[in-house]
This record gives sequence, structure tokens and C-alpha cells, in this order.
Amino acid sequence: MADTAVDKKALIEGERPIFKASYGKLMMWFFLVSDAFTFSALLITYGALRVSATTEGYAWSNPENVFTHTPFLYEFAHIEAPLVFVGIMTFILIISSVTMVLAVEAGHRKSKNEVAKWVLFTIIGGATFLGCQAYEWYHFIIGTADGAYAAEIVDFEGSIVPQSVLEEHAMVQLMPTYEGDDEHVVASLTVRDGATITNTTHIDMILEEASHTHAGTYMLSKKEASLLNISQLNTGSDIVVAYPVREENEDIFNTKEKAIIGFRLADGHPVEERFVVDRIAATAPVMSEEERNKLEGAALAAREEQEKWNLTDGGANLFANEYGPAGFADLFFFVTGFHGTHVFSGVVLLVMLFLNVVKGTYDRRGHYEMTEKIGLYWHFVDLVWVFVFTFFYLI
Amino acid sequence: MATADGAAARKSIFRTFWILLGLTAFEFVIAFTKAFYGEWFGLSDATIKAIVVSTFIVLTIFKAFYIVAEFMHLRHEVKRLGFVILVPFIFIVWLIIGLIWEGGSWGSLV
Repeated sequence: MADTAVDKKALIEGERPIFKASYGKLMMWFFLVSDAFTFSALLITYGALRVSATTEGYAWSNPENVFTHTPFLYEFAHIEAPLVFVGIMTFILIISSVTMVLAVEAGHRKSKNEVAKWVLFTIIGGATFLGCQAYEWYHFIIGTADGAYAAEIVDFEGSIVPQSVLEEHAMVQLMPTYEGDDEHVVASLTVRDGATITNTTHIDMILEEASHTHAGTYMLSKKEASLLNISQLNTGSDIVVAYPVREENEDIFNTKEKAIIGFRLADGHPVEERFVVDRIAATAPVMSEEERNKLEGAALAAREEQEKWNLTDGGANLFANEYGPAGFADLFFFVTGFHGTHVFSGVVLLVMLFLNVVKGTYDRRGHYEMTEKIGLYWHFVDLVWVFVFTFFYLI
Repeated sequence: MATADGAAARKSIFRTFWILLGLTAFEFVIAFTKAFYGEWFGLSDATIKAIVVSTFIVLTIFKAFYIVAEFMHLRHEVKRLGFVILVPFIFIVWLIIGLIWEGGSWGSLV
């Protein structure tokens, strides 16, 4: 720099001799270092929680079974496609990184139109990624509740169904504990509301029949359960509340008009078999106000029971989720949420950059350094995703 | 800068892009085929998991290197700047080692 007089503009935009980089770029780098520390802390927390959960014998959720919904494939073909959607998101972010770095390169040549074009492509990439995240969050939160797609649950008109009607279709849920660190050896099974089974031969017989659920529990139909000598404690109630699941309809005010396509029991279990559904719909009386109030106490008890087992009736929240220990969803929300916030800020910065490029601000300033600074930030967001992708979705 | 410079820079950008895409594609190939490794190579589940997880981590570090070095241009900055940015991450490495080592969780990592 030829000019030796103190010049505020030069201090901010001029090059720092030790690093041969401008003040603005240096500060962006230092900000990114501190931000990287925050993300590292979140990912390490995830790792620590996961290791401590599996050490204590909880089955951690397998991400491949959690993130299986891909737009169109899921809605129209009902195909579960593990990792495909995440793959698309990763691809979008890599592409947007390339368009960003192309904008930086065009900025070096002071080619205004090219910078504007590449920045615009990057904005589209970033916005698409945010849309993908919204889709993923939505499906993570509402969960995989069987048959719940294209349907809504109307929970203010529950029906009372005699236990006997549902008896043959009810499911028994078993909670496993594992032997030591090995997730493959089930040491004992606890029946929900029931006893704990520790006999190895009995466990083997059960595991042969039972299906493994997302939450890491095992499910048996009531029939299989009684054949295998598993009894549930009598809860003292011979009735079950069933909530009708109605066909999706755009008219939200006319719920009664929509056909009932299934029921959801108070414990979250879906009933879809046509003849059972028809039977419930035809015979079970819709609750009166008085009955509803009476059942509220029972529902509260059931809810407490559910919380005791860390279950939700499908989907995920910060308290519990159907996929695994609560920490899984908690960290998912925090890490991908924090990353998404960064993507959002990045898109806002890019929009500002785009407007300034088009207005010719940087032409007048004589350089496109702002593109480089925002570019650094954008690549950092991509960098974080590389780690989130590995530690959340792959491992 | 001359246009020729720009062409060289763009060539290097696309080279990095293909590397990143290739590494990610390779990760997907592993993710989709790992269920068969036991059958193909006769390895135990625990061994497969250890190999797959460490491969993922190594590939991730490679990708991170290319993003930081090429896209963020750090390889072409002064060395001193690179050190100032990378050296603090010793603390992160230390935190990971500390949690694994003193937390006694070597055996239950995978």
C-alpha cells in the first residue's frame, strides 16, 4: 500500500500485511472459527449422549430407518427410501457451494453480470435446501404412524370401544434391555404394563415371532402373545378410546362429512382392517361430554405410563420420540436447526449481496470482496453439513 | 486478472466439485451395500461397523479438507493464516480424546 496516512477505509478494506488478507476476511475467518467450535460442541454432545445411551443398553435409532421419506416417492408411491432425500439435500448444497465459488471467481474478474448470475443460483440452491429441511422436519415430527398419511386424526370425537372388539387386533409391546454393551443379545424383555421376562429360551421364542419397531421395542399381536404365554396386567378398564382417522379433505369445517378410514387407539396403535373399522364405526357410541370427563383421568394415567416408557404416539418432540432415546431427537432438532438457521442467514446475506451487485455498489467500490466474505460463510455452512451428514445420517 | 487466470481457477473449482461429489457418492455406495459385507467378506457385524464408521470419518475429513483448502481458498492464503485458523482445533481434538479416554468409552464407540 502506497498511502501511509491513516485512512479508515483503508484500515477496513486494506490488506493486513502479516496475513496478506483484508481486515474483513480475517474477521470472517475468526467468526467462522468460533462458530465451528459451537458446532463441534453440539456434535460432540450428540456423540457423548449416544455412547452413554448405548452403554446403558438403550437401542439408539438407526438413521436409515428414520429419514426414509422422499417427496413424491412417499406421497404418491408410498415408497420408503432410506438416505435418498438426504442425498439430494447434500447434492444441492455441494452444487450451491460450486455456484458460490464461481461467483467469487467472477468477482475477481469484476464481471458484474456473471457474479449476479452465480449468486442468484446460490440463492436458489440455499432456498431449496431450506425447503427440503422443512419437509424433513415435518415428517420427523409427525412420525411414521402407519396409515396416518393422507389422513387426519380428529381427536375431539373419540368413540368408546369394548376391549373385546379390539382384543384380537391389539398389539403387545415389549421393551428390551441388552446384555452389557452388545445390542445383539437381549437380556430381558419387559411387557408394557406387565412382567419382565428373563428366561433365555422364552426370549428366543418371542424374538422369533416379534417384529422390531423404530423405537427399538418389539411388537407382538395379542394372539401371538397369548400363544407365547405373555400376559399383560389387567389395567382394570374394559373399554378403549378410539379416535377416528378421517380421509383427508380440504374443507376443514366439515370433518363429520369425511369417511372414516381407520381408528387410532388411545395408546397410539392404528386400527386399519376394514371390517374392524366398520364394526367400531357402527357399534361404538361417540362419547358424551360426561364420559369424556370421566375418561380424562384415565387418559392422564395412560399418558404418564407413556412418558414413563419415553414413548410418543408417533413422531418426535423434545420430550420423546418414536425412533429412539429422547436425546436423538433433541440433538437432531438442535444441530440441524442450528445449521438451518445458518443456511437461512446465508440466504439473507446472499440476497443482500445480489441486490448490491445488481445496483453496481461493488463496481463503484472497485472490488467484489463482499462476495468473498459471504462466500467464506456459505462454504462454512456446506462444511458443517458435511459433518452433520456423516454423524447424523450415516453413522 | 487475465481471463486465462479465470479459466484455470474454474478448472480447479470443477475438479474440487467432482472430488466432493465422488467422495459423497462413495459414502452412499457404502451405506447401501454395508448390509451385505458380512455375506461377501465373512466379517462379523462389529468389525464391519468399525470399518464402515472409520471409513465415513476419513472420507468426511477428506471432504472437509477440500472445502476448506479449495473453496475457502485457505491453501492459497499465507501459511501463517492457515495456522492461526487451524491450530485452535487442537482443543476440539483434545475434547474428543478426553471424552473417549477418560469417559472409558473405547469399547462402546461402534
